[in-house]
Amino acid sequence: MSDARQTTRYTEYHPRWYRSRVSTWWWLARWPYLKFILREISSVFVAWFVVVLLLQIRALSRGPQAYSQFERWLQHPPVVLLNLIALFFVVFHAVTWFNLAPRAMAVRFRGKRVPDLWIVGTNYAAWAAISLVVAWFLVRS
Amino acid sequence: MPETISLEVLRYSPERDTEPTFQRYDVPLNKDWVILDALNYIKDKVDGSLTFRWSCRMGICGSCGMMVNGEPKLTCATFLSNYAKEGRPVRVQPLRYFPVIRDLVVEVTDFMSKLQSVKPWLIRKEEKPTSEGEYLQTPDQLNRYKQFSMCINCVLCYAACPVYGLDPVFIGPAAIALAQRYNMDSRDEGAHERMDVLAQHEGIWGCTFVGECTKVCPKNVDPAGAIQQYKLTATIERFKSFLLPRGAK
Amino acid sequence: MAKQSNEPVLWTLFSAGGVVAAFVIPVHLFLLGLAFPLGWIPAPRYDYLLALVHLPLTRLYLFALCFLAVFHWAHRFRYTLYDGLQIKHLNELIFFCCYGGAIFGTVLAGYLLWNFR
Repeated sequence: MSDARQTTRYTEYHPRWYRSRVSTWWWLARWPYLKFILREISSVFVAWFVVVLLLQIRALSRGPQAYSQFERWLQHPPVVLLNLIALFFVVFHAVTWFNLAPRAMAVRFRGKRVPDLWIVGTNYAAWAAISLVVAWFLVRS
Repeated sequence: MPETISLEVLRYSPERDTEPTFQRYDVPLNKDWVILDALNYIKDKVDGSLTFRWSCRMGICGSCGMMVNGEPKLTCATFLSNYAKEGRPVRVQPLRYFPVIRDLVVEVTDFMSKLQSVKPWLIRKEEKPTSEGEYLQTPDQLNRYKQFSMCINCVLCYAACPVYGLDPVFIGPAAIALAQRYNMDSRDEGAHERMDVLAQHEGIWGCTFVGECTKVCPKNVDPAGAIQQYKLTATIERFKSFLLPRGAK
Repeated sequence: MAKQSNEPVLWTLFSAGGVVAAFVIPVHLFLLGLAFPLGWIPAPRYDYLLALVHLPLTRLYLFALCFLAVFHWAHRFRYTLYDGLQIKHLNELIFFCCYGGAIFGTVLAGYLLWNFR
């Protein structure tokens, strides 16, 4: 005789979930994603600048002729084009970096959060000032 | 204003289908209707088999999150008339990056377990007995974490985060924002306990500050900000523990 | 306590590099890559630059710039490859190529600047 309080056993039904795979081209699907990837790619051009800088230092240490050769190399159209693109990306990096700065740091003054615009503005002002200082050192003979 | 608007809704029945398909419905275009109203109209009058989650219909429960034209939205807070001029049907799909159980319903257990792992409650070394009164907090202390406390767990941020899509072990924006809500609460003493979970690669370090989570958040929680601020905190802690190995803890 | 991750250190280098790159590289690249070669602004003479780079402070500045910028690239590029191309299975290879490249660049910069005559 079976126990009257025999518990009912249920077979668990597990629905077949649908999972879609993320495409390799996920970053092309939406404009904000593409902007993000472009921002990340700017790091390649930061590295490119370091290469150019090191080439300049090497040319300087090898004498005036080597340096003139380096300067002529910089004038080649493909190099100019590459540096133009690099400049765009490096500026893009700077702009996106400064605009995101207030997010990364919750700056508080006397208990109140400093408005985002102040932090962004300070960064841009510092950028202008530092650029002028660097230019002053280089635009001389 | 035209009389009707078309919706293309993703349908998926686990018993019948192997792939989801779109089904087109025409609904009346009322100027004060939201997408949720349209879905309820379809379920009531057109196709009772359409399945979706909703509850409060006023943007506080977090149940009705779905993709509307490719963007994560609360369907109770997205007006139908915004899409009237587009000239093409409004696409409604389940939240991205989550497994689809049926139609517009997704499985969010992954988020739930991640949320639990960050211990989203006040942790105290010693509880104050009730006889000693309340924990007091100044408005300034409240403001340090208030923004992060606005989270309604709607997981729109997870649907927007490409890192979560690419690497499902990533703990995700809302979980970290809620961990910060407690870390920054003056009554809490549990920051160290949460750090073990957060300071992993699957924790904050997976985040590359895309920032989409903040953009789609319906409550202005700014999870991206919470994560970046926590990166700084975790880094300082790391350097502190390196420089004073036995001292700090 | 869970195993201490080294991510904070790498992130610090990335952040410092990002700050330096943002403030200083645009003007440098504009002058060196466009304004001087295209003649918009007269380029500095060889003797002047030689003397300028000779100063220890200049070399320190240039070293810091190269070191931080290249580690900024390594960290960011590593995550771009990881996420963007979804080639997680090459995770370790990416890690070593990126930070290895950064170390190589730093050593190269140090060598060039230290031996600058």
